[in-house]
Amino acid sequence: MLATLEGAVIASVLVLTAMGLSIVFGVMRVVNVAHGEFYMLGAVLAWYVSSVLGVNAVVGFVAALVLAPLLVGLIAAAADRLILKHLKYDPDRTIVATIGLLYIIQQTTLMTFGPDARPVAPPFNQRLALPWFEWGENGLEMFWPWGLSITSYKLFVIAAAAVVLLSLWVLITRTKLGLIMRATQQDSETALAFGIPVGRVYSVVFGLGAGLAALGAVLVVPIQQAHYLMGADPLLLSFIVVIIGGLGSLPGTVVAALLIGMSDGIISVFFSPTLAKIIATFLVAMVLVWRPQGLFGRAVT
Amino acid sequence: MTVARKSGLLHLSVLVALIGLFFMLPPYHSGNLARIMVLAIYAMGFNILFGYTGLLSLGHAMFFAAGMYGFGLAINLGGFPLLPAFLIGMLSAAGLAAITGFLALRTTGVAFMIVTLMFAQTAYLVILYFGAYTRGDEGFVIQTAKRSVMGIDLTTDSARYATALILFGLCFVALARLVQSPFGRTLVAIRENEERARMLGYDTGAHKLKAMILSGLISGVAGAAYAMLFGYVGATFATVQYSIFPLLWVLLGGAGTTIGPLLGVFFMFYLIDFSSSLTTAYMLIAGIVLVVLTMFAPQGLMGEMRKRVFTWLP
Repeated sequence: MLATLEGAVIASVLVLTAMGLSIVFGVMRVVNVAHGEFYMLGAVLAWYVSSVLGVNAVVGFVAALVLAPLLVGLIAAAADRLILKHLKYDPDRTIVATIGLLYIIQQTTLMTFGPDARPVAPPFNQRLALPWFEWGENGLEMFWPWGLSITSYKLFVIAAAAVVLLSLWVLITRTKLGLIMRATQQDSETALAFGIPVGRVYSVVFGLGAGLAALGAVLVVPIQQAHYLMGADPLLLSFIVVIIGGLGSLPGTVVAALLIGMSDGIISVFFSPTLAKIIATFLVAMVLVWRPQGLFGRAVT
Repeated sequence: MTVARKSGLLHLSVLVALIGLFFMLPPYHSGNLARIMVLAIYAMGFNILFGYTGLLSLGHAMFFAAGMYGFGLAINLGGFPLLPAFLIGMLSAAGLAAITGFLALRTTGVAFMIVTLMFAQTAYLVILYFGAYTRGDEGFVIQTAKRSVMGIDLTTDSARYATALILFGLCFVALARLVQSPFGRTLVAIRENEERARMLGYDTGAHKLKAMILSGLISGVAGAAYAMLFGYVGATFATVQYSIFPLLWVLLGGAGTTIGPLLGVFFMFYLIDFSSSLTTAYMLIAGIVLVVLTMFAPQGLMGEMRKRVFTWLP
């Protein structure tokens, strides 16, 4: 059961990261291979911000939580302006360009941040006890108070991810910006004809997508450490999530992220991590081969 | 002069120049050039699929690695002599390409890229998983004693250069002829407009599968040659990075040109050689080149040449 809670932590970070990828693909039809590097950049910037503000872990963390995604979003928007716009969002060429971007970000981080993994102190980290009921040999048993033990920070990660997801949903369905985004997604040319600045919407969306990845990373650095190669795994997992959830379908992305985040913890209990990765990667490739629109997606016209 | 003669002369002079360079260059650079030629074979294999057929695979490292491991494992574990082992390397790459092609060609565009990427990632993880045989990231060395054929020791500088040149020359000339043949022309037709090629009665699916197998086979030749000439087999060669490299080389040299791959490998090799003496983050250069190329010169060096100066370039 502990595996499920740990899985929920992984899943909540994954939801945010995959959501970023999914929004970018949904609205712009761009596969952003550099997405994992924006995630990494978020973690690294979180380390910078919290070490500059140094003294107090809470102040540093809160500042990082605000500043890192913002900075990453700005960098991504700038990259969109400078590179992707120039390529007219041609799907093939943007993939190549974002691969280039991946190496540029990763290697620049290596040059400045260095090859070491560095930790960020969590703002609070008490061990908590949750009661737990289980159907055991003697009927229903209650474990009290140490049924499950988890740190308060991990619970905070789950809650924070839920809050961000909710506000994202409000943003997309209830605000003018969301309306504009949805209009651009449905038909960018008609949107342009109605006076929507599609170019600017694209920059905002690309920045938002990268910012979500960075936010996920800031949440995760107190658990993992910041490292210049940490972007590869989230990229692969987000791809898997987005593909299974249906390309560009946001509810599908959430369901798939929960499914995969939870199962990742459970699968690696039974199989070796390498074998788990082999199975997962191969299955996802097969999903794409037989159902290109994803498991939950509808066929794209 | 006719176009065919011009292009024949061009390919011949490239080969003659490569022979001449061996006698002129100091050993360090001729060693580099042997490596460049082997990698250029890999780039040419990639170019068949990307440059001529218009299919962008992001997983070619698996074919390179299949050639490499097919050869290396056949020698070290199977105890095969050199030439049959080389053949095994080629066949395993072609076989893998056939399977991959059969599955991945059901998709198009972005999905094709991701599927090939994921297959390659699976292949890489499989290599790591069977670490007992493949020795994973660490890799294994093929003994010098086993790397000789018909009494010729392939580990000496001159034999290595000559072998690389012969293999490169064979692939180079064969591919130059292939792209002029009806089969090559059909591939270009598929690249330009698949619907139209199908309307004209070509079986585009079969053509794409054949291109994929050929491309995998030649990448496998490069992988086996790399293991044979430099004596090292390692999982590094199966990573995503080695799927990106041929894309980089071909984009730089010029996709859909016959000498583009060689030029691309040549420039990129020395660029990385130079920059890695300055910084450990040499892949930064690769990233920048990739972005700049897609933005300003999607045709690459030879593509721009063809557009501006030599319109007849093959």
